[in-house]
Amino acid sequence: MTYDWPTLLPLIFAGLMGLAILIYVILDGFDLGIGILFAAAEDTEQDTMIAAIGPFWDANETWLVLAVGLLLVAFPLAHGVILTALYIPVFVLLVGLILRGVAFDFRAKVPAGKKHRWNRIFFLGSVIASLAQGYMLGVYVLGLDVGRGGMAFGVLVAFCLAAAYAAMGAAWVIYKTEGELQKKAVRWLRTALVLTALGMAAVSLATPFASPRIFDKWFVWPQMLYLSPLPILSALLFLWLWRQTFHLPRPDDRHALTPFLTLAAIFALGFAGLAWSFYPFVVPDRLTIWQAASATESLAIILAGTVVVLPVIIFYSFYAYRVFGGKATDLTYD
Amino acid sequence: MDPLILSRMQFGANISFHILFPTITIALGWVLLFFKLRYNATNDSAWMRAYFTWVKVFALSFAMGVVSGVTMSFQFGTNWPGYMEHVGNIAGPLLAYEILTAFFLEAAFLGIMLFGFRRVSNRVHTLATVLVAGGTTLSAFWIIALNSWMQTPAGFEMRDGVAHAVDWWAIVFNPSMPYRLVHMLLASGLTVSFLIAGLSALRHLRGDRSESMWKALRTGVFTAAILIPIQILAGDQHGLNTLEHQPQKIAAMEANWNTGPNVPLVLFALPDEAAKENRFEVAIPDGASLILRHGTDGVVPGLNDYPGNHPPVFPLFWSFRIMVGTGLLMLAVSWSAAFFLKRRHSLPRPLALLMVPMALSGWLATLAGWYTTEIGRQPWLVTGVLKTADAVGPVAGSHVALTLAIYLLLYLLLLIAYLGVLVHLALKAAKDGDSSPLPGVMKTAMSQPAAGE
Repeated sequence: MTYDWPTLLPLIFAGLMGLAILIYVILDGFDLGIGILFAAAEDTEQDTMIAAIGPFWDANETWLVLAVGLLLVAFPLAHGVILTALYIPVFVLLVGLILRGVAFDFRAKVPAGKKHRWNRIFFLGSVIASLAQGYMLGVYVLGLDVGRGGMAFGVLVAFCLAAAYAAMGAAWVIYKTEGELQKKAVRWLRTALVLTALGMAAVSLATPFASPRIFDKWFVWPQMLYLSPLPILSALLFLWLWRQTFHLPRPDDRHALTPFLTLAAIFALGFAGLAWSFYPFVVPDRLTIWQAASATESLAIILAGTVVVLPVIIFYSFYAYRVFGGKATDLTYD
Repeated sequence: MDPLILSRMQFGANISFHILFPTITIALGWVLLFFKLRYNATNDSAWMRAYFTWVKVFALSFAMGVVSGVTMSFQFGTNWPGYMEHVGNIAGPLLAYEILTAFFLEAAFLGIMLFGFRRVSNRVHTLATVLVAGGTTLSAFWIIALNSWMQTPAGFEMRDGVAHAVDWWAIVFNPSMPYRLVHMLLASGLTVSFLIAGLSALRHLRGDRSESMWKALRTGVFTAAILIPIQILAGDQHGLNTLEHQPQKIAAMEANWNTGPNVPLVLFALPDEAAKENRFEVAIPDGASLILRHGTDGVVPGLNDYPGNHPPVFPLFWSFRIMVGTGLLMLAVSWSAAFFLKRRHSLPRPLALLMVPMALSGWLATLAGWYTTEIGRQPWLVTGVLKTADAVGPVAGSHVALTLAIYLLLYLLLLIAYLGVLVHLALKAAKDGDSSPLPGVMKTAMSQPAAGE
């Protein structure tokens, strides 16, 4: 491999896109998860849960736009292939995101009698969006297989990803609330964790059988050795988090953020596993990142802007999270 | 049905729905900043009351804009893969810069602007408002740059059917870009001023004579009265720019079939493309020559010079007339309202009744204007570079038709809900007047709420 710009730039952009997807899954994961948990919450609890994500969800969703945007601008060929193959699930995802996004704002502004309707729409939109993302992940893992097997697997992953988001949501509620709701969230977290673990195991087992190339990466010595820390570490983190849930919430609210961070780490490990399996392909076994990449001079000008702007974005995102740090209080426009 | 026309309808439906909301947020951000600065300068709480009423409209419009914008970013791939294949090297960086410089800026500081008033100092809150308003405007800058490049491409070369960038300055500031940007920013300003004026007029009709109502009403009416003549001038200049770079678009807008001098200004007609003539034409002699060439013997391009390479005449002719007609109505209404507010310090009931439906006049004019310029680019997606028919994806027509139907239904319901909330907010503000308790307006930051508080 030579290290010149035409080789390096697609690699850098694959990394950036991976980072954007990971950040999106973690950040929008918790607010989608809170939407899913709406079904199990009382009216007053719903208001608190909304207050826990209100100032953030917009910025969280922006990472999806960045991820899709990077796919679009850096790997235009792959963008076309993937999104035309996933035409209907993408459509379902968008309808879900539209519904929950606007329900968020409508529920706070409509006359009191209509609030229930928008709460239901918020729940429905969140569930639909999560399921659609999981389904797309499943179909993608099997190399954009839209046969009967691919669809069945997609449905399985859909439910597991929704469970994983619910776990993230519960972990965020533990961090942002107190009292009864916090205790309830711990119970939610336990249920969701079981389903999440099952889902990750299913994806991990299916991935190597999706293609012989990935199988070799997983089960042939010495490549096996490089991969092995990922599943072992994930399993250990799962077990540790499971045991933690029996002690939460702690009397002085120590470790309230721990479940969220642990889950984020598990997501990152799972994501690294997928990235390792699929590299160097952006469309599994069809297009590599170099085949799908834009022209070098176009990538260069995007990169120039990115290295300046991305640190600033991360800095002010942290600032926004800090401003709304602490336990969630009532959300008002003042 | 043909996937091409269905995909065009779907993209048209999505982008029409989308543009409604950025058109509001681009200028409303600056209006909110104005309210905030007036409050900072005068300490008059009515300004802050106006701010709190309209910041809710901003939040809702922003959410509608975000979700429909996310849809757009996916649709390039789902429906128009050929677009990015051929001109991705140009469109990509422009879209990337929009997301990186504008989108994140708006989204991150929106939270602070909406919910952070008591959590940060007044100065930081004002700064957040500036950043959100600046972000929306910057976003418009990049998107207009890309759209204008598709209209009047420059600064690139074709290699193996793929556009490669040669001069980024020429790409961003392509020939039609400055005109289109100014025209769109003014359109946004007018949309918002008529929306504010219209909903304030509704409050006025409901008997609300509070100070915050007057302040919002005056802001809306005077801004509209100032912007509309500037917009008419900017629109004229934009038209001359189009005449220079896209003469076939002008020919279709004017429904002029033969190139020549002394071309009349057609006021009403049913253009017939098959017969290449206008039916039931009502026209002012030499009008078009006078407007476009500033002389009665000015030569105006005709459609017959562009066989098979000009946009459809009927929709272009009429959408352009709807835009101009709405603009002239805006001029009449805003100047009469400004006269009564300035000289009589009152708003006559008939005028208020007219202003309520005019709240949406900006939307109508903006949509009609975009239809004019976008349909006017057909049959090209990128003028002279890529035909729309060559960019459409391999998706089955039935899929596109199904999703289109659901999108249309969804958008219709959302639009009804959105307008319902707008009216609800106005009526609630009218009922509360200036008597409802004003949220704590403080100069300094409140400490972070500690755990357990």
